[in-house]
Amino acid sequence: MENEYKNVYIFAEQRGGVIQNVAYELLGKANDLAAVLGHKVVALLLGENIKDKAQDLVEMGADEVIVVDRPELKDYLTEQYTQAIYQIVQERHPQIILFGATTIGRDLAPRLACQLNSGLVADCTKLTIEPDKDGKLEFYSTRPAFGGNLMATIVCPTSRPQMSTVRPGVMQKRQREAGRKGIISSFEPKFDTSKFKVRILETKMNDKKVADISNAKILISGGRGVHDAEGFKKLQALADVMGGMVSSSRAMVDAGVMDHAYQVGQTGKTVRPNLYMACGISGAIQHLAGMEESDFIVAINKDKYAPIFSVADLGIVGDLHKIVPMLTERIKKELAQ
Amino acid sequence: MDFSYSKTEELFLQMIRSFAENEVKPLAAEVDEKEMFPEETVRKMAKLGIMGIPVPKQYGGAGGTIQMYIMAVEELSRVCATTGVVLSAHTSLCMCPILEHGTEEQKMKYLPKLASGEWLGAFGLTEPNAGTDAAMQQTTAVDAGDKWILNGTKIFITNAANADVFIVMAMTDKSKGNKGISAFIVERGFKGFSVGKKELKMGIRGSATCELIFENCEVPKENLLGELGAGFKVAMKTLDGGRIGIASQALGIAQGAMDETVKYTKERKQFGRSIAQFQNTQFQMADLKTRVEAARLLVRSAAWKKDMGLPYSADAAMAKLFAAETAMAVTTKAVQFHGGYGYTREYPVERMMRDAKITEIYEGTSEVQRMVIAAQLFK
Amino acid sequence: MTMNIIVCAKQVPDTTEIKIDPVKGTLIRDGVPSIMNPDDKGGLELALRFKEQYGATVTVVSMGPPQADKMLREALAMGADRAILLSDRRFAGADTIATSYALAGCIKTLDYDLIIAGRQAIDGDTAQVAPEMAEHLGLPQVSYVIDAEKTATGFIVKKENEDSVQTLEVDGKCVLTVLASAFKARYMSVEGIIEAYNKEVEVWSADRIDVEEEKLGLKGSPTKVFKSFPKALKAPGEVHEVSEEEAVELIVARLKEKHII
Repeated sequence: MENEYKNVYIFAEQRGGVIQNVAYELLGKANDLAAVLGHKVVALLLGENIKDKAQDLVEMGADEVIVVDRPELKDYLTEQYTQAIYQIVQERHPQIILFGATTIGRDLAPRLACQLNSGLVADCTKLTIEPDKDGKLEFYSTRPAFGGNLMATIVCPTSRPQMSTVRPGVMQKRQREAGRKGIISSFEPKFDTSKFKVRILETKMNDKKVADISNAKILISGGRGVHDAEGFKKLQALADVMGGMVSSSRAMVDAGVMDHAYQVGQTGKTVRPNLYMACGISGAIQHLAGMEESDFIVAINKDKYAPIFSVADLGIVGDLHKIVPMLTERIKKELAQ
Repeated sequence: MDFSYSKTEELFLQMIRSFAENEVKPLAAEVDEKEMFPEETVRKMAKLGIMGIPVPKQYGGAGGTIQMYIMAVEELSRVCATTGVVLSAHTSLCMCPILEHGTEEQKMKYLPKLASGEWLGAFGLTEPNAGTDAAMQQTTAVDAGDKWILNGTKIFITNAANADVFIVMAMTDKSKGNKGISAFIVERGFKGFSVGKKELKMGIRGSATCELIFENCEVPKENLLGELGAGFKVAMKTLDGGRIGIASQALGIAQGAMDETVKYTKERKQFGRSIAQFQNTQFQMADLKTRVEAARLLVRSAAWKKDMGLPYSADAAMAKLFAAETAMAVTTKAVQFHGGYGYTREYPVERMMRDAKITEIYEGTSEVQRMVIAAQLFK
Repeated sequence: MTMNIIVCAKQVPDTTEIKIDPVKGTLIRDGVPSIMNPDDKGGLELALRFKEQYGATVTVVSMGPPQADKMLREALAMGADRAILLSDRRFAGADTIATSYALAGCIKTLDYDLIIAGRQAIDGDTAQVAPEMAEHLGLPQVSYVIDAEKTATGFIVKKENEDSVQTLEVDGKCVLTVLASAFKARYMSVEGIIEAYNKEVEVWSADRIDVEEEKLGLKGSPTKVFKSFPKALKAPGEVHEVSEEEAVELIVARLKEKHII
């Protein structure tokens, strides 16, 4: 059976014809895994009029791109996408399929896993291939559980393909290799339209031009200690000076001060900016789970015993409402020089 | 003997604790600071049936027990003593006397509206010259054929500004002393009734404590509660029940101050370690914790006796005496453990200490409780 | 004709209360309260709103140990009409596929017009059981639901994505997975609490539901936990308690050193 199933597949999620960042991250990780296995990396690209995006995936690490170009697949719908990918899997027998742990990936992957009666591991933060005790190469998917308190490594020893959804913002993309050559093939699914029971009536993009905090290099993040929208203005001023963005802890999202799109943590986004400045954030473990991979963490908090200080590279015990505006002015001066 | 909560009580505790934590606690400081009656909270409690816990279903209540009702008072008071006393006065001092002494007509007329929380209840006994010596009633009720005419003034009436129904004591026959006092059900809208000045208080500041003024107040004949001349007995029995409520309020305040102090002393570091690690803190807190648990047992046992229909007058007095003094002791120490911060409004223990004091005073001072206990002891 | 709504709910440890033993590095589960999974509670809330709006019979189904009885009593006290607990040793060790298979096997024996589940459980955070259950039942699904209404032929549902809110129309029966944040759950009522223990929580074994035994529990689970371990903690950095001026200089110096500014 082992020989029948081959290659590492990734689901190249697109929205409105735009390849999502997580697809590139999956290509990066898939390359690592494929290298150990001696396999190829195959990207699945589903949508309408998206063939021209295939080369982009090749340059970011796909050895082959299977394009399914159909009007039914223009926007993501569970049944349509499940049918198409199921048919590809039946024909091509991947050993591993990776999905982004997005609202799409986490809707699609379990449907497929169930149809294929195969194992699926959710929201992974680490994927490796290592020899097991008999020397056979095994695929290990590691993920946080119990609210980020515990890490669990899951295997899927007998069923194929092995599937995982992967948390966005965790895996590293590869450097783009312009002009890289790969196979671009297409696939024609046979749809059973009697099962199409869901229609999109409207898609309303989020009003505010919410830039994605997971792409920010500098995040000035606020928690309960910021108090209110007025407080966030101070953070925004600092972020503006530094060319960064403002993000938030769950407390301020629950309080209605910040939009969910800006939330960092277990139920928000995972970020790893060059600088994460946590202002008035106590640092519940659920929050730490979303930001502790940041390159450099500064924490400002009145409470000397706030858990955020345990992950901070530089901790300041003090009042953010005084320090942040002073810092903004100081950095303005610094940058003017 | 079973000291554990029943499964129903456990489920109830889960609900009321989360309600107190999420709906009541966030308002507590504001309720105190602005002397704000927690109207919205009362509405929410009404929707869940909390305003009518021990009232049987046939009268529109939830059909629960006194035990559940006092658990509610404790959990609410743990985060906001004002909210606790609003429920306690409404339940113990207004609904319970109607339930225990009312005619079927009175029960059908008043309990459904009170138990659903549409109406709020209160109780009027205290007068300027009739405090601890409650028999010295100067409010009079005169039989005017088809109605009673009430004249006089009541003071320190909890819930007065917001209540719709009042249980009021008045003298119907002065020559008979105690036995000349009768109880009446007075509606806010009755002619000649008004609510007077509001007291400025040290604690439980969200509960509007006011005067009740009766100027030729007309009360329908059928609103006499209990027998003619049985008013003093009605009042004393009502206060017996009320004391379990206030004991639970005191217990809640004490528990709330314990919670805050445990949290604070674990966080606060001095001399390089948390102050919870000092033996002085540990021993003092251990003593306080013991008192709080003892108070809880007294309160639960008094409530259990009332639920079982056993005599509980002295039990209620002991529960209130001990719980009130425990609340005072715990909150005073809680402020001390918080140091300078404890004296500021940045921490809730300052409010809790002010709130605790009233539990040694109303519905019978600690001295009255001792009288009740001693009377039972030496009878 | 009133709707029959099935709500899937799981009893979970309150993960915000879980702590790590600093010496042994293991989870301290003692004294951690068990609660109804928050997203599932949101699902129950949606079902109860449907019940108020359109009339419905709400049945809550859970799989778990006998202790999950308490959570089902809570569901009854909130307003659910019927509670079924799938409890059997043969279910033990189930991963998401085997769990969803058992739930589907139970639901197949019931009448239903709509199935509601929470988006994900806070202990496992997989978000897989409901979609897999929908697959077992051959039903369409909409996940990440923040609003729903009934139409003559099905449902109109709002779904929250990372970057958008979609309005979707579903024909006929379906599975919805909902977000707790969109459906603030009601409290149990006092009367509901008192009634809850007068009602029956039906405990069903594997024999009672429509399943093949070899697909249950550990045997029916394609994934296995290889190992679990506490998260490695990063070495703590420096913490300074200094004046605001000094703090600002300290931050600027370190940011320059790291070439961030």
